[in-house]
Amino acid sequence: MIRTPRLPIGIARVTCLLPCLVLAACEPGILNPAGPIAAGERSIFFNALAVMLAIVVPVIILAFAFGWWFRASNTRAKHLPEWAYSGRLELLVWSIPALAIMFLGGIAWIGSHDLDPPKPIASKARAMTVEVVATDWKWLFLYPEQGMATINRLVVPVGTPVKFRITSAGVMNSFFVPQLGSQIYAMSGMDSTLHLRADKAGRYRGLSAHYSGEGFADMDFFVDAVPQAAFDRFVATARGGMGKTLDWTEFVAMAHPSRNVRPASYPRLQPGLYDQIVMRNGAPEGEQAKDGREQ
Amino acid sequence: MSLTGKLGWDSIPFHEPLPLVSAGVIGLVLLGVFIWVWRRGHLPYIWSEWITSVDHKRIGVMYCLLAGVMLLRGFSDALLMRSQQAIAYGNEGYLPPDHYDQIFSAHGTIMIFFVAMPFMIGLMNFVVPLQLGVRDVAFPTLNSVSFWLTASGALLINMSLVIGEFAKTGWLVYPPLSELRFSPGVGVDYYLWALQISGMGTLLSGVNLVTTILKMRAPGMGYSRMPMFTWTSLASNLLIVAAFPVLTAVLGMLILDRYLGFHFFTPEAGGNQMMFVNLIWAWGHPEVYILILPAFGVFSEIISTFSSKPLFGYRSMVIATMVICILSFMVWLHHFFTMGAGADVNGFFGITTMIIAVPTGVKVFNWLFTMYGGRIRYTSMMLWSIGFIVTFVIGGMTGVMLAVPPADFVLHNSLFLVAHFHNVIIGGVLFGAFAGFTFWFPKMFGFTLDETWGKRAFWLWISGFYVAFMPLYVLGLMGMTRRMQHYDVPGWHPWLLVAGVGALLIAAGIACQVMMLYVSIKTRKDRIDESGDPWDGRTLEWITTSPPPAFNFAVLPDVKGEEAYWGIKARARENRALSDRPDYEPIEMPRNSPTGIVAAFFATAMGFALIWHIWWLVILGFFGAWGTFIVFAWRDKAEYEIPVEEVERLDQARRRSKATLLDLPEEALS
Repeated sequence: MIRTPRLPIGIARVTCLLPCLVLAACEPGILNPAGPIAAGERSIFFNALAVMLAIVVPVIILAFAFGWWFRASNTRAKHLPEWAYSGRLELLVWSIPALAIMFLGGIAWIGSHDLDPPKPIASKARAMTVEVVATDWKWLFLYPEQGMATINRLVVPVGTPVKFRITSAGVMNSFFVPQLGSQIYAMSGMDSTLHLRADKAGRYRGLSAHYSGEGFADMDFFVDAVPQAAFDRFVATARGGMGKTLDWTEFVAMAHPSRNVRPASYPRLQPGLYDQIVMRNGAPEGEQAKDGREQ
Repeated sequence: MSLTGKLGWDSIPFHEPLPLVSAGVIGLVLLGVFIWVWRRGHLPYIWSEWITSVDHKRIGVMYCLLAGVMLLRGFSDALLMRSQQAIAYGNEGYLPPDHYDQIFSAHGTIMIFFVAMPFMIGLMNFVVPLQLGVRDVAFPTLNSVSFWLTASGALLINMSLVIGEFAKTGWLVYPPLSELRFSPGVGVDYYLWALQISGMGTLLSGVNLVTTILKMRAPGMGYSRMPMFTWTSLASNLLIVAAFPVLTAVLGMLILDRYLGFHFFTPEAGGNQMMFVNLIWAWGHPEVYILILPAFGVFSEIISTFSSKPLFGYRSMVIATMVICILSFMVWLHHFFTMGAGADVNGFFGITTMIIAVPTGVKVFNWLFTMYGGRIRYTSMMLWSIGFIVTFVIGGMTGVMLAVPPADFVLHNSLFLVAHFHNVIIGGVLFGAFAGFTFWFPKMFGFTLDETWGKRAFWLWISGFYVAFMPLYVLGLMGMTRRMQHYDVPGWHPWLLVAGVGALLIAAGIACQVMMLYVSIKTRKDRIDESGDPWDGRTLEWITTSPPPAFNFAVLPDVKGEEAYWGIKARARENRALSDRPDYEPIEMPRNSPTGIVAAFFATAMGFALIWHIWWLVILGFFGAWGTFIVFAWRDKAEYEIPVEEVERLDQARRRSKATLLDLPEEALS
């Protein structure tokens, strides 16, 4: 269930409750965070909303009020046909938005630094590294510390910060787990860093948040946040499984375009594969080209 | 190498009946219109008075017409998308990805470049010279070239329906997806050449209007007396001149990548996809202000006119406009906070973005104070304006929220973002275009539009807008990203169904607008605007007749303050007489010229040939267009003279109608 957000202003609390109620069905949304980053971003979202509503709601009321009261048929309304300037009002109309923006600007500046994606999450537990490669149209997750890899399924221990290194095998994508927080673009030849942590056990929906071609709609995956013991069991099972080693050749093969790929895993991982993928700008051009009608 | 390049029978998408059928219907309608016009013997008139016209008023009307037609096309795409997403829960829907991806790319491209842009440029073209009290824009023939180049781009985009395909990359063709490796088809090439050609037209039009406003104003029309719409037009056209070359350059680099194997944006060989994103938004963010600033100007005129009051805080409004104009170049990075620029850079651009909300907020407050103490007449235009204020502040609010980088990290590319920019573009730009079109329609054609259908259109549009886009905000918060051809999250489905209903309401609104035009034209005899001033206007466009003569003003008006025409009317009422009968002189006006349409014909041929690699036609098209300019440059006679008797006759008729309007005695004319 969703918790009522902490808000500085009462009116915003009432207004914000509406979408919260609507979303109370525990949808995989950003208002239902499962980790500190997502929770921080949600509170910034609500703070910004509250500050803005404090101006926007009166403006909307004024628009209706002035529009209704000064209708041509209302002879009781004050008539000021020449009134077009007031120094005091001018000062006011420049100051109100300026003050609000100074306040919001502070929120933005501090928030940008607190929630900067490459900034490690302060935590007693040691961060774990997962390397993410966006391919057409599935997600490849490399666990360099565990020496294994998975496709379209990410398993992380609850409470352990995860350092994601993110790249792409080809086109641009965006790695995004709404309930865990921040998304970052996955780009070939680039190595981006994102720190996230799941504080609640559960299954969360992940997706590509940047359109990447025909199979884009199916480019979603599951994140299972599980207790450490369950994570260790998952690693043991995956490593004990039958299957190929994920090395460069296998990577090039799996990076071929395919849609609706079921979650799978590789029991072994060639060390340094991720760096190799970044250095080589993703998968090489082969029969990768999508079948354009005019080829 | 074949004579037809990559073009062959297999380029026609016979396996996709939808585009073929719709294109067939459009083709039949066009053919029908052509045959009707031809049979009625209107062809010579249309050729000599419209197609080859260099009159800024005619060109402005044609821009608006183009925008209206393309709105129908762009909106059909919207209906397809909304219905696909309403259906495609847990299934593939009825539009395969190959087709759906073209539709959303075309929708964005068309709505921005061929609806919003021509609509605003059309209004500016029509109104600005009239508000300045001058006879035409600075470069009339160039103006015609600009329009026809824009029409070329629109034509090329529509050709992609039946010949080949359109881009499947989204409306901003981000590489590497748009590079040859991932998009080998002609779709991206259609996009690139259509925008290069129409972008050239837009740039020339920007140069033209900037020059007009800076160099050609009626006597006494100083900067501090220019009407608000002209000020916002100046700001918008300065942005066009500064920003469109960036678009041309970045698309040019992508063209070099695709055609000549360059590596500007490929990850190999030192190219960088991030540079494309950076450059395209260095144009793209000013672009949204290019669109919204003239709309702000429209609302300033309408709110002031129908409140029967001067615009509140004119100087503040001018300053706010120019501050927005400058700041709009300092915010583009907020379109890619999620690329990983670092906290300082993200924070900086988040704050600059928010600062734009200050002048915008000032404008909103000043519109409210313009209404304060007024006698507001509730025409459909005033409804659009209040609808705009309410809708736009909501869109502005969600925009500022997106400008907070940590909030953007979870909202970026979600339907929340889609809802936001439709909120400001529909609620701001389109409402402004509709209001402005209704406002100046009598000036364009000499009769007013039907208010009953106009108000019906407004109510359907605004309710349709809220029903269609508020659910998208919710969906964005629920983690739905944009451009999904199908989905399997059950919670999304009801909201997408509601959004689909909203799209149908908007469709009904558009139907009402078509009815409005039909009814108005049918009953035009009853709705003739004799006075040239149907709304009790305040600026110079209302001093002349509706429609104005080719020369706009027999004698350039003498401007003595802000709201020039309001002052002239006040003086006439006070003196119980019009101004003294002027000394008329013959007027020289620029001759009509087919340069625009001929150059655009060759440009279209060249664009089409470049898309399909038909190299001989590329050369022919290029030299054809170039030759057209040479022929134009060597013309013998550039102008024609309107005899003094004609000028006098037209102006005396105008003066009589003004005397009637102001209820002045017959002897007041002399």
